[in-house]
Amino acid sequence: MHDIRKRFGATVALAGVSLQVKPGEVLALVGQNGAGKSTLMKVLSGAIRPDEGRMTLDGAAYTPRGPLDARRLGVAMIYQELALAPHLSVAENILLGMEKSAAGLLQWREMRRTAREALAELGHPDLDVERTVEGLSPATQQVVEIARALAVGCKVLVLDEPTSSLTRADVERLFAVIRTLRARGLAIVYISHFLEEVKAIADRFVVLRDGATVGSGDVATTSTGQIVELMVGKTVQDLYPRTARKAGDAVLSIRDLSGRVKPQNASLALHRGEVLGIAGLIGAGRTELLRAIFGLDVVRRGEVRVGHVQFSRRSPAQRWRRGLGMLSEDRKNEGLALTMSIADNLTLSDFSPFGHFGFIRPRSQQMAANMWADALQLKRRSVTQTVGELSGGNQQKVAIARLLHHDVDVLLLDEPTRGIDVGSKATIYRLIDELATGKHGKPRTVLMVSSYFPELLGVCDRIAVMSRGILGDARPVSTWTEHALMLEATGTVAESSAA
Amino acid sequence: MTPIQKSIVLKALQILGPLIGLLLVFALFAVLVPDGRFYAGDNIEKMIRQSTIVATAALGMTLIIILGGIDLSAGSVIAMCAVVVAVLLKAGYDETLAALAGIGCGIAAGIVNGSLITGLRVAPFIVTLGSMMIFRGLAKGFSNEQAVNPPENWLDKVMAPPTWAFDVVIGGRPYTLGLAWGTWLLVLLAGVIVVMLKYFRFGRHVIAIGSNENTARLCGIAVTRSKVLVYTLAGAFFGLAGVFQYSRNNQGSPTAATGLELDIIAAVVIGGASLSGGRGSIVGTLVGALLMNVIRSGCSMIGLPTYIQEIVTGGIIVAAVALDRLRTSRQAA
Repeated sequence: MHDIRKRFGATVALAGVSLQVKPGEVLALVGQNGAGKSTLMKVLSGAIRPDEGRMTLDGAAYTPRGPLDARRLGVAMIYQELALAPHLSVAENILLGMEKSAAGLLQWREMRRTAREALAELGHPDLDVERTVEGLSPATQQVVEIARALAVGCKVLVLDEPTSSLTRADVERLFAVIRTLRARGLAIVYISHFLEEVKAIADRFVVLRDGATVGSGDVATTSTGQIVELMVGKTVQDLYPRTARKAGDAVLSIRDLSGRVKPQNASLALHRGEVLGIAGLIGAGRTELLRAIFGLDVVRRGEVRVGHVQFSRRSPAQRWRRGLGMLSEDRKNEGLALTMSIADNLTLSDFSPFGHFGFIRPRSQQMAANMWADALQLKRRSVTQTVGELSGGNQQKVAIARLLHHDVDVLLLDEPTRGIDVGSKATIYRLIDELATGKHGKPRTVLMVSSYFPELLGVCDRIAVMSRGILGDARPVSTWTEHALMLEATGTVAESSAA
Repeated sequence: MTPIQKSIVLKALQILGPLIGLLLVFALFAVLVPDGRFYAGDNIEKMIRQSTIVATAALGMTLIIILGGIDLSAGSVIAMCAVVVAVLLKAGYDETLAALAGIGCGIAAGIVNGSLITGLRVAPFIVTLGSMMIFRGLAKGFSNEQAVNPPENWLDKVMAPPTWAFDVVIGGRPYTLGLAWGTWLLVLLAGVIVVMLKYFRFGRHVIAIGSNENTARLCGIAVTRSKVLVYTLAGAFFGLAGVFQYSRNNQGSPTAATGLELDIIAAVVIGGASLSGGRGSIVGTLVGALLMNVIRSGCSMIGLPTYIQEIVTGGIIVAAVALDRLRTSRQAA
């Protein structure tokens, strides 16, 4: 790939990326969330076309028309979410779309043989190819998917965060498979946040930051620290206004909170007038922690208290009544009802101020909505406009305004600035600061989850890091650097102390 | 067009679309049917009266579809309630009591459907496919598999041609204007539901759940309770439709209203509701129910066979949904 560029509207996703991978080599692609890794891989797999730049495969120009075409040319992707048909057998999945048939009849024996061969090559000759995929473990399913790539005869295999749903032992097994493939002469691109994995499996690495290649080298001769420095780069400070804040008494406390899988025994205490950040990578369990606190997910063990009240039931309504409000990271699927109006979305959690006996006076509902929309500089024609028509940043303002309308004490914000423009980000940072210092009534408490570490360092008073379901201690922001956050989030600290 | 104009046009199209369709079809038959018999006052009233049963049930179905659900048992519930009314009247009970028992029976059916859907977490399509057979079976059981014919009573008059009417002369032709008692009740209830959906918390919650159930849950809306309530309320409408069904035939037949649920759903869909929830219009639904009867009546008056009516009605349903699809894709763009 050479000098690949891609813009989406006004956002530059890729600003000139170049990388090469040779046969029999594992290349690690690393970078923070949002650095452009997935966009780059979509270009490689043919899902989107670059605006500029060229790609070559075995010396010939490579311009895939779509994912299917890319696969035919020999570039296969294994995504985080596996793409298997759960009700079909292992053999059928491996040969999906290229079934062997004679005169329209499937040649089962032939198909099973091919499937078995592909599995044997990966060191899994014992897997029953007639089983349905449904009951297999995630690790085995992944093997099936890699076998599919092999059966198609791929030359370049791209693995996107392949270990995010695997156990330690399974990761070792996957590495064995990758080494086998490398020995066979495949070119492998390995995308991961986990630097210790990169150290263990990759030969070379390429670092992406803000859509550009910022460094590359041999894994053997580069320290983890150097890679982290490349990932982090320089930070901007003045985006983040910060007024002096004073932490009051404890408002929300969590003890030994455990969900179905994540979080595991999380404990935390939040004080009035404080902004606490939870750093970590996607999949670390931060969203699950917030959902458990807010009564949206099952809680296995532990307790959540606001003041002296301990929450018992799985009821978000109870949390709202006690002054907790949550902003979902998934604006489209959970945060907002896109077909409803701004006013309805903004006031959905509490219609009571607008009339008695369940009656809603549209005029007073719209007045309340307009008040918050003005406060957040929401660009709109009218508050009766549907939310789906707004830009991402303005949609996010509506979702946040809901918490303000409800006058909550504690704001749980999950990735509040994801996918929005810089202007809206600045508004949200200023708002968080104003809420904590008490410019809008009493001082509030903010618990903020983010994968973008500079904003956490800019906005928060204390930060705790979550990694693989485990929440670390919250420490004052002055003791953290982006480098330190990244080390802890990528599990590098835990790894080295465990070793 | 500017986005503002575009959005206004789209909104108008959403409300006016079914109405324009109705007027076009009406004008077509007005021309085709000789001697102006089609637009005579009594024929118009008859078409409205014949739509009343489907329209009443469709009010309930609109709520369910806005919620993002479906109810295939509506036809069976209507038959069951009609049978209950007839059986009680035959046994000598008072008309008011029989009618209330019919509606109560519909409410009970709604509670059963709603509780099964939320309690078992099974798709509403499956639950109501099952309960459709269960309620049909119960209707047959209550009536010993025979039509029940009670003695004459005032409930028979609810769906009879209007007695309270007045005559006017338009363009030199006399018109009798009036509606059946049942139709008046339908208009009143439709008004109540329109206000409930637009101005009451419960209505906004129903729309929110249909629009995005996850958001509703995040905002602390009692999703399960609201769902059961909507199925229950819809059950009351199906029960009332059952009372009307009894009144139209003056008997309770366990095999009546077979397949009527599809007419009911069609009326809601023609009226502009989205089967994925979050959107639906009460006025549109009423227009949809009327449109189907206008086609039926018009076709039979110009002597077209029944099969043509079915083909035309089917075509209109598909066209309405295709139009809806176009509308939503434009909105997304």
